[in-house]
Amino acid sequence: MHPFLYTLAADEPTARRIAATDPAAAFIAGGTTLIDLMKLNVEHPAQLVDITRLPLAKVEELPDGGIRVGAMVRNSDLANHMLIQARYPVLSQALLAGASPQLRNMATTGGNILQRTRCWYFRDTATPCNKRDPGSGCSALHGQNRIHAVLGASDHCIATHASDMCVALAALGAIVRIHGPSGDRALPFSIFHLVPGAHPERETALQHGELIVGIDIPRLPFATRSVYLKVRDRRSYAFALASAAVALDIRDGIIRDARVALGGVATKPWRSQAAESALVGKTAGSAAYHAAAMAALEGAVPRARNAFKIELAKRTLMRALARAGALA
Amino acid sequence: MDDPNRREFIGTVVTTALASVLAPGTARADAASPHSPPGAPPPTLTPPPDIPVALTVNGTTVRLTLDPRTTLLDALRESMHLTGSKKGCDHGQCGACTVHLNGRRVLACLTLAVMAQDQPVTTIEGLARGDTLHPMQQAFIDRDGLQCGYCTPGQIMSAVALLNEPCGPADDDVRECMSGNICRCGAYPNIVAAVQDVRTATARG
Repeated sequence: MHPFLYTLAADEPTARRIAATDPAAAFIAGGTTLIDLMKLNVEHPAQLVDITRLPLAKVEELPDGGIRVGAMVRNSDLANHMLIQARYPVLSQALLAGASPQLRNMATTGGNILQRTRCWYFRDTATPCNKRDPGSGCSALHGQNRIHAVLGASDHCIATHASDMCVALAALGAIVRIHGPSGDRALPFSIFHLVPGAHPERETALQHGELIVGIDIPRLPFATRSVYLKVRDRRSYAFALASAAVALDIRDGIIRDARVALGGVATKPWRSQAAESALVGKTAGSAAYHAAAMAALEGAVPRARNAFKIELAKRTLMRALARAGALA
Repeated sequence: MDDPNRREFIGTVVTTALASVLAPGTARADAASPHSPPGAPPPTLTPPPDIPVALTVNGTTVRLTLDPRTTLLDALRESMHLTGSKKGCDHGQCGACTVHLNGRRVLACLTLAVMAQDQPVTTIEGLARGDTLHPMQQAFIDRDGLQCGYCTPGQIMSAVALLNEPCGPADDDVRECMSGNICRCGAYPNIVAAVQDVRTATARG
C-alpha cells in the first residue's frame, strides 16, 4: 500500500477544505472499497480524510413524504430502518442482498454510491485497463468477460457497476445531495453515474473536493409494492450476474405506473424507462412483464462469454415483476 | 503490512529514480488523484511518520505508535499480540478477521487502526469470562463446529453478533446471516447447529 497522510475531519467545512486543497486526497468512511483497492495498489490517495465523525448518520422524513438519508448511514442500519422497510422494501431488500453482514455494518450510503467495479482486470494492476489506466486498453473486451456488461458498454470498457443499493435507488429516482467548493448540488440518480464511453475513468458527475452528504428518496406511495431480485453464482455473498429492482402501481388489475432498474448487466445502475413505458396501461400479468423484459434488454450487446446474461436479465426482471404484481 | 514488502521495495526504487528528475517538492503536487491511474506519476513513497493510536481492546486501552497504513487486524496481531483474529484473505472476502467494533461485527482487515480509536473493540480473546467460555464458544465445541479451526474465531465473533441482530429463526436464516464467514473445511452444518443451540437457549433463558 502506498503511504498516505491521515486526517480526521472534525466538521464538514474542514473535511471539504482539506480535500479541495489536495488533489490527491480522498474521503474515507466505511473504507470497504477504498482500503481493499489501496491494498491492491489500484487506488493510492496521498491523503485520507476521515469523515466518519461528521453528523451525517440520520434517516429523516421530508415534509413532502420523502426520506432523507445521511451519507454516513451504514448499509445495515438503512436496510433495517422501519421507514425504509415500510415505504421502500426494494431498497431494504437490495441492501440485504449485498455483501455480508460485516461489510454492511461498515459500508455507508455515500460510499456505496461510489462503489467501484469488480471487473477483475480493473483490480489487477498487471493487466491493461482503461478505467484504471486510461489508454492502456480493455482486457475484458476479448478476455474473461462472463461477468461483464451487456448494456451501457463501449469499446473502451465493459465493466459492470457493482452496487445493489444503487439499482434500487435508480428505480426509486433518488437525488444525490452534494456539497462542494462551488456550492451545493442535488443530482438525480439518472445523471449521477456516467456510462464509460471513451472515458471509463470518469464514473460519476462528482468533482474533486465535492462531498456526498446524503440522498433524498422522493415520495412514491406505490413503492410499498416493490421487489429486488438478485441472481448470482452462489446464493449469498456474491455479486449479481443479473438483478432487478421493480415497483408497480396496480389498480383494478391495470398497471398505472412502474419503476424498473437492472443491476449486474450494465455499466451503471440501469433504470429502464423503456420497460416502464411497456408496462404502464397494460393488464398486470405475464404478457406485460414479458414485453417489459424485451424492452429493457433491447440493444443489449453480448460479448464472447456473457451472452447468457441477456436471457438471464429478462427472466430476472419478469420474475421480479411477477413477484411485485402478486403482492397485496 | 508494516514491513516493506517486495512491491514497496520496487516502488521505492522507482521513486528514487523519479526523484532525480523531479524538482524537490513536485512529487506531492504531481501525485495521482485517488481515482487516477498508476500510469500517472506515483505519489511520494516516503513512509509517513508513525502516529499515536489508542485502542481499547477487550476493556484495556493500549497506546501504540503505528504507520497510518496499519489495519486494525495487523495492530491486534502484530502490536498487541492478540493472534486470535486471523488473516485469511486480507481483502474482506473471508470473515476470518471478524471482530466487534462498538458492539457490531466488522472486518478488521478493512479497518484502519487509526479509525478504530475511541470505540471499544472486542476480539475472540475477550469473549470468555476467566475460565468460563462464552456460550457460543462452548456450543462450537459441543457441536464440533470446526475442523482446522482457522476460520473459527471469525465464525464465533459473527455468531455472537448475530444474537443481537435481526435474523430469522430458520437454519436458512442463520446460513444467510453467517454468509460472510467462509469455512473451507465445510463445517457449516455443525456451525449452524451451534448457533441455533445458543439462540434456543437464549430464547428460553
